Amino acid sequence: MSALALPTRRAEDWRYSNIEAAASVWPVPAPERIVLGPGEQGARALLQDAADDAVVVRDYVITLAEGARLDFHLLNSGGRLGRVTFDVRLERGAHFGLHAAVIGGGEQTLEVVTTVTHAEPDATSEQVVRTVLGGRATGNYLGKIGVAKHAQGTDASQSVKAMLLSRQASANAKPELEIFADDVKCAHGCAIGELDKQALFYMAARGLDPQTAQTLLLRAFVAGVFDGIADEAERERFEAAALSKLETLAKLEGLA
Amino acid sequence: MLQINNLSNTVGDKPILKGLSLSINAGEVHAIMGPNGAGKSTLAYTLGGRPGYEVTGGEVRFAPLPFRGGAGGGAAPLDPALHETASPTPNPSPEGEGDLIDLLSLAPHERAAAGLFLGFQYPVEIPGVSNLQFLRESLNSQRRVRGEEPLSGAEFIKLAKEKAALLGLDMEMLKRPVNVGFSGGEKKRAEMVQMGILDPKLAILDETDSGLDIDALRVVGAGINAIMRKPDKAVLLITHYQRLLDYVKPDFVHVLSKGRIIKTGGPELALELEREGYAEVVAA
Repeated sequence: MSALALPTRRAEDWRYSNIEAAASVWPVPAPERIVLGPGEQGARALLQDAADDAVVVRDYVITLAEGARLDFHLLNSGGRLGRVTFDVRLERGAHFGLHAAVIGGGEQTLEVVTTVTHAEPDATSEQVVRTVLGGRATGNYLGKIGVAKHAQGTDASQSVKAMLLSRQASANAKPELEIFADDVKCAHGCAIGELDKQALFYMAARGLDPQTAQTLLLRAFVAGVFDGIADEAERERFEAAALSKLETLAKLEGLA
Repeated sequence: MLQINNLSNTVGDKPILKGLSLSINAGEVHAIMGPNGAGKSTLAYTLGGRPGYEVTGGEVRFAPLPFRGGAGGGAAPLDPALHETASPTPNPSPEGEGDLIDLLSLAPHERAAAGLFLGFQYPVEIPGVSNLQFLRESLNSQRRVRGEEPLSGAEFIKLAKEKAALLGLDMEMLKRPVNVGFSGGEKKRAEMVQMGILDPKLAILDETDSGLDIDALRVVGAGINAIMRKPDKAVLLITHYQRLLDYVKPDFVHVLSKGRIIKTGGPELALELEREGYAEVVAA
């Protein structure tokens, strides 16, 4: 992808974005490259909680050689526009895991855009994205999976769930599969919902105030996304940042 | 403790309760029986404040748990003075157990803090939230509203163990998510453990006997007696059948039909209903 020309909404992966916000930081820096050699294991994490008026565009280009494995944990919750993209190429038997929580409110547009190419046989990929949106926020997930013609034994999954706390918030989830091989498993599931009203009343009937009840349900919804972060301090940092953003959202929605 | 006067409501624009009156004193157990569609569950949900259950007439007055004002600043919803619109002087209840407040003016979680417990016919599953976490947060949220100090983790666990043992529920079950994967009987048992931990003043139990086998019925009945059969507490049992009343003996039995209480009697009325069916009694 060329970073020189400002994209338009006609480009598929910018379709739901905030182009005006992107223009304010264009051209963005070149993508960050992550390359793992044969059999290498890696873990990366990005906690994107920039200030409300910031614009953040982060692009990653990732190449995983034979048998390499990368787990990427992402909290995308900051900025007027917070956009994180992954362009991943998997060689034989490589594995890419994306574990993302997207939490936004106000006028935020938060995006996760992935292109995972299974270029060689027996590679696996797993993407889990949990999105919580309040206010007039927009959350976008665009996930493309490409499977080359000879990449038999591919196993790719996408699990994308979004929770809307207000009527004005919107979530777009768009999986896209391009499969040219036969022996391939590609599972994708998307669900967009609201907090369970029955559960909220049940919790209120036990004495939980609405804000605490909402936060508990939202915590349960994103729980597990950061479980795989090996470093305990880092995991706690991600969990605390996610929780504090959820509490802020619950507070704002409680006042609405 | 609870005075329901001429209560009417609608659910989705459909009138259900049509001028229902009922008075419950401390120390009493009342049973409400009636045919399907009479409005039994609607009464429970309306008292609990479920959204969509719109009160169109009448009033409900309730003697809440004591509220220790002063702490917590904004936590004043149980101050009777705030809810006393009819008269500037507080309205003492006949039993002299404190001032009555307008229950319907409280939000659902404030009603719970005031001492109202609603036992659900179909307890709701909450994936990802453990029973212990749920109950500790609930109890402390109630205590906050009442101006009490929160319980520490250790104090809470001790309380939970005690109540779980009382109802014969394995503590391990309380570590699992709320009601997820519980059988019908386990859900009802868990409801009673919740009631034991929250220690309400008035329990409204909606078909707590449904889904229970004989053994579970005995345990749940004994649990209700142990937790709620006290001079300062009261129970409103909503049930189709006599069988729970074998274990929890009511002082009064009411027949609810078409949104009103049409007959009130002692425990013998439940036996009569069981023998002759609702149609006889409703028609009489």
